[in-house]
Amino acid sequence: MASVPAVLQSEWTKIRTVSSTTWTLISALVVTVALGAALSAVVNSQFGDLSPEERATFDPTYTSFSGMVLGQLAMVVFGVLVVGSEYTSGMIRTSLAAVPRRGTFLFCKILVAGVLALVVAVLTGFLAFFVGQALLGEHGTTIGEPNVLRAVTGSGLYMTLIALFSMGIAAMLRSSILSLGILMPFFFLVSQILAAVPGAKEVARYFPDQAGRQITQVVPNALNSSPAPYGPWAGLGIMALWVLAALAGGYAVMKKRDA
Amino acid sequence: MIEVHGLTKRFGRTVAVDQLSFQVRPGVVTGFLGPNGAGKSTTMRMMLDLDNPTSGSVRIDGRHYRELAEPLKHIGALLEARAMHGGRTAYNNLLCLAQSNRIPASRVTEVLDMVGLSAVAKKKPKGFSLGMGQRLGIASALLGDPEILMFDEPVNGLDPEGIHWVRNLMKALAREGRTVFVSSHLMSEMALTADHLIVIGQGRLLANTSMADFIQENSRSYARLRSPERARLEEALRDEGFTVVEAEGGLLEVDGASTEELGELAARHGIVLHELSSERASLEEAFMRMTAESVEYHAHAGPRWGMDQPGEDRRGEGV
Repeated sequence: MASVPAVLQSEWTKIRTVSSTTWTLISALVVTVALGAALSAVVNSQFGDLSPEERATFDPTYTSFSGMVLGQLAMVVFGVLVVGSEYTSGMIRTSLAAVPRRGTFLFCKILVAGVLALVVAVLTGFLAFFVGQALLGEHGTTIGEPNVLRAVTGSGLYMTLIALFSMGIAAMLRSSILSLGILMPFFFLVSQILAAVPGAKEVARYFPDQAGRQITQVVPNALNSSPAPYGPWAGLGIMALWVLAALAGGYAVMKKRDA
Repeated sequence: MIEVHGLTKRFGRTVAVDQLSFQVRPGVVTGFLGPNGAGKSTTMRMMLDLDNPTSGSVRIDGRHYRELAEPLKHIGALLEARAMHGGRTAYNNLLCLAQSNRIPASRVTEVLDMVGLSAVAKKKPKGFSLGMGQRLGIASALLGDPEILMFDEPVNGLDPEGIHWVRNLMKALAREGRTVFVSSHLMSEMALTADHLIVIGQGRLLANTSMADFIQENSRSYARLRSPERARLEEALRDEGFTVVEAEGGLLEVDGASTEELGELAARHGIVLHELSSERASLEEAFMRMTAESVEYHAHAGPRWGMDQPGEDRRGEGV
């Protein structure tokens, strides 16, 4: 059995020596923070135009995370490329010849990429929060308020799980293009649209992104939305189950299929 | 030492590799020869545990590939030239492989130097020529200083200087007592490098023999004669018990006869000869004869290459 620290070191070298790692993670951070900042500034300037109900359920923490809808797509690209580039480049055959144990190979890769995603995602969450609150001015909140710290760290966990889910899907589909072609429209359009359609909404609540995002809300019925039938941590748990399923699927495919 | 036992690979109903059994021994270059689509690459991928065999097994130094803790230290392989990440520098591509098998980073610099890529160590392989990619692949095979080396079509894309270098490298590795297994679809290439030959066609073992024996058995020698009195010559040859074959362009070919006895025979009968020469069938022909029935992709050409007879009916071809 290959030495796990050696494989981890190898995967760390792999991830830090391709430019896609840098640009996807920087995009995730910049897009999330900048878009959240812009929305926070707009809301601050037009707070008076909000309806009384909207004002009553206003969630300043969630507002500062508005950029995550787009920022998470960069995390999807990061996750997909970490695994998918092995296939598109043909490197997978060289990699598996060096580390023939599929489990060791895949989970060392996912651990390294996951930890890196976590660091960037938590940093992104805190930055988005503090910048957003600053721009919300008197309508903002502080990290010390109830549930706010949970929502901020939760946003980091959410973004990390998005990246891990994408890695599992890419391992299953063994192609960057195919994985992106499914995940991008799903997270950006399908899930968002279904979440707004009555009826479909009840199903869409259990999609990984919809369930996981619950943890980033401090006010359960923020902006006058109907509250979810599960709590913030349960929501994140649902998302974690999706991630586990995707990773298990990816492992099964890698173990069974010819490289 | 590589031991292949009853190796079989089916893709749906197609049998790519069929009950292959052979051993690859140390100290010699073993050529793995077969036409395109014969199953060479599939066999090699199964040897590296990349493809799962339908049945049969491969043992590397007596062990299954997956049981090797640091496989690059036992066996190094060049599969296809583009098995590296194009956006990661040549050095870093090799470094991550080295690290996974606890090979010191200094070895990366060493193998890059050995294959002549030191100058482009910090360049990304996506800008490499086919030949440079091939050299990088060879560098990755040498990384763990393994006792067994496997090269799939290593001279593909190389320039004459590169081809010469690869041949010498393989011979040198075998001389050091290593096991060298190299595939090719060109008999002429094998004749220059291999000491032992394993020939497959449509996934089946056709020959497993030393190169010398293969040459002995397969390169038939014959004499070629041309004469204005062809009919008389043919009759005279047959009378003396020779087997005569009529070849293209009014030539006669006689198997297993020396030019001396044929020349004397012609003189005895007073037959004028315009040509008398001793010929040897090429190994390429022998290989093609051997694999003729097993070639998967036949070209749709006339009965003979380059023998377009004037007035020959060519309709129905080139569709």
